[in-house]
Amino acid sequence: MELSTFFQQLANALSLGSLYALIAIGYTMVYGILRLINFAHGDVFMLGAYFAFYAISALAMPWWIAFVVALGLTALFGIGLERAAYRPLRDSPKISVMISAIGASFLIQNLGVVIFGGRPKSFPSIALFDTVVHFGPVSVLSVSLFIPVVTFLSLAGLLWIVNKTKTGLAMRAVSTDLDAARLMAIDVNKIVSITFGIGSLLAALGGIMWTMRYPQLNPLMGVMPGLKCFIAAVIGGIGNIGGAVLGGFLLGMMEILIVAFLPELTGYRDAFAFVMLIIVLLVKPAGLLGKAQAVKV
Amino acid sequence: MKRILGIIAIALAIALLFGCAKPADKAASTVIKFGVFEPLTGANAAGGAEELDGIRLAQGLYPTVTVGGKVYTIELAIADNKSDKVEAANAGQRLVDSDKVTLVLGSWGSSLSMAAGPIFEAAKIPAIALSATNVLVTKDNPYYFRVCFLDPFQGTVMANYAFKNVQAKNAVIIREVTNDYSVGLAKFFADSFKGLTGNPDAILAELNYQTNDQDFSAQLTRVKTLKPDVIFAPGNYTESALIIKQARELGITAPFLGGDTWEINEFIQVGRQAVEGAVMSAFFDNDAPLTPLSGVFVTEYQKKYGKLPSGTAVLGFDGYLLAIDAIKRADSIDPIKIRDAIAATKGFEGAAGVVNLDVNGDPIKSAVIKEVKDGKFVYKTTVAP
Repeated sequence: MELSTFFQQLANALSLGSLYALIAIGYTMVYGILRLINFAHGDVFMLGAYFAFYAISALAMPWWIAFVVALGLTALFGIGLERAAYRPLRDSPKISVMISAIGASFLIQNLGVVIFGGRPKSFPSIALFDTVVHFGPVSVLSVSLFIPVVTFLSLAGLLWIVNKTKTGLAMRAVSTDLDAARLMAIDVNKIVSITFGIGSLLAALGGIMWTMRYPQLNPLMGVMPGLKCFIAAVIGGIGNIGGAVLGGFLLGMMEILIVAFLPELTGYRDAFAFVMLIIVLLVKPAGLLGKAQAVKV
Repeated sequence: MKRILGIIAIALAIALLFGCAKPADKAASTVIKFGVFEPLTGANAAGGAEELDGIRLAQGLYPTVTVGGKVYTIELAIADNKSDKVEAANAGQRLVDSDKVTLVLGSWGSSLSMAAGPIFEAAKIPAIALSATNVLVTKDNPYYFRVCFLDPFQGTVMANYAFKNVQAKNAVIIREVTNDYSVGLAKFFADSFKGLTGNPDAILAELNYQTNDQDFSAQLTRVKTLKPDVIFAPGNYTESALIIKQARELGITAPFLGGDTWEINEFIQVGRQAVEGAVMSAFFDNDAPLTPLSGVFVTEYQKKYGKLPSGTAVLGFDGYLLAIDAIKRADSIDPIKIRDAIAATKGFEGAAGVVNLDVNGDPIKSAVIKEVKDGKFVYKTTVAP
């Protein structure tokens, strides 16, 4: 392989990996704090993209206002989703909440089909993000330069909130022991709402970045990225925010490298992601950066 | 006591409801149901919607069929196969079991038709594929027919175009490996192109991707190093538009050729500037009428939907008309007799040309070649078989 091709493939891998990482951050944060695998994350991601699409195309907003509006709306939606589908089950077994999450996922997808229609929509082109940038023989779409920046800013912001703020302290308390946190006069409902708000905002951010890279919206667009980012989060150690970024990059790299070096296995690209998940679960169940937890019986 | 009364009242109300429904059922015996088997959600949704538009237009113009002096109203039972092979089998089963349709129209996408083919065959219900071009849709299935041309012909047409018009000496194929249509068409193109160039290595590489993939940068980076004269990429309009867009972003300038599945407006909406110059084979062009009915179709379509029809919608129109024609010829609403009538179709004049069905249930039809120009599909030429 020529060097220029190698660098181009590396750029492709970083571009895809940082997208996965961005979406996986929100996934893993909700799990880390609430011990809930939010299967509807991919669908919230889809909603974020659609909100941005309608804000730009139907309401003719400038893109940056549209993005803020979409992020806000999606965050509100996430808070509403938690209140409707997860809060009533807070004291039920974890499995009930997970099933509720799967139900919520299907509900959002099908509502999406009814409201937005099944035909794909094309995301408007924004010159700043939709320009080709050349670095010698390597060319990338400008949005691919923004995505890693957004990913690392989100990562830094999230780590700051969780580790340095009072809300973050409360989040960690809720994560450790929900009942004890309540006894310490922490408003658990508020903290859970904030967690979902931030998680959904990150999903929307991922959705918007995704549709600028792959400018095509449909109500089921969140399914595969949702699954892939779940895998990324598990690989990195679910609940570990830094791990999600690592997992996202690894998954993106692997998907590109398989096609680049083993083209005859391209058809199995998605299968490889799942194989990777199984291997990680067998060899290091807590994920690459996760800590094994002792469970008291 | 009150509660018991309440229950009785509800029971009475329900009984009344069912009681009322009975006579309506009897009246419904003069209804004949056509199953519409199309992807209305998922990756192929726009294709399914186009065919459904064509079927609905035909239904609006010809809402009844007379059999043995009795007028039957045609109802459409629409089943969404969700662009998914597993769902397609479920949707097909539903049409057979719960909708109890007399015949089936569809589906856009050969793989989806093939998934339900055995179900229609087992139920002895005739099915008419509208734009499914893969050979295997009708082969060895006496109950599946079609009103469009086939992939061996389409592959040859595009290979000829690549060789004569683009003057390509070599080509790269990018195919959707999970899609029978794409794999089949790619093979016919490759065989024909190798024959034309006389070079068994004229196909530099065959690269794969999967349905619903969004990122093709790894495959396209390989294409860039191969520097082909032309790229043949049969597949759904959804992925294809993204492939061409990403190819142009990587600086690949070779022309892209594709098949009938590209001629959907979403192809241009998603691909925008990038798909300018993309060339594809198609079924029909509004400016090249084939029968007197072609003009009727174009006018009525514009009247109903306020836009120009695509080459896919016209096949939905033709499939519906062929079904009515066959029912009249069979003079029966028995699905097996209708099947025999469809199989015997000779000289049926649809809006998209004359249909003569052969032993396999396939017509021989000409193809048109179109190019994307200024955000529109523009007619280039007609190729006779």
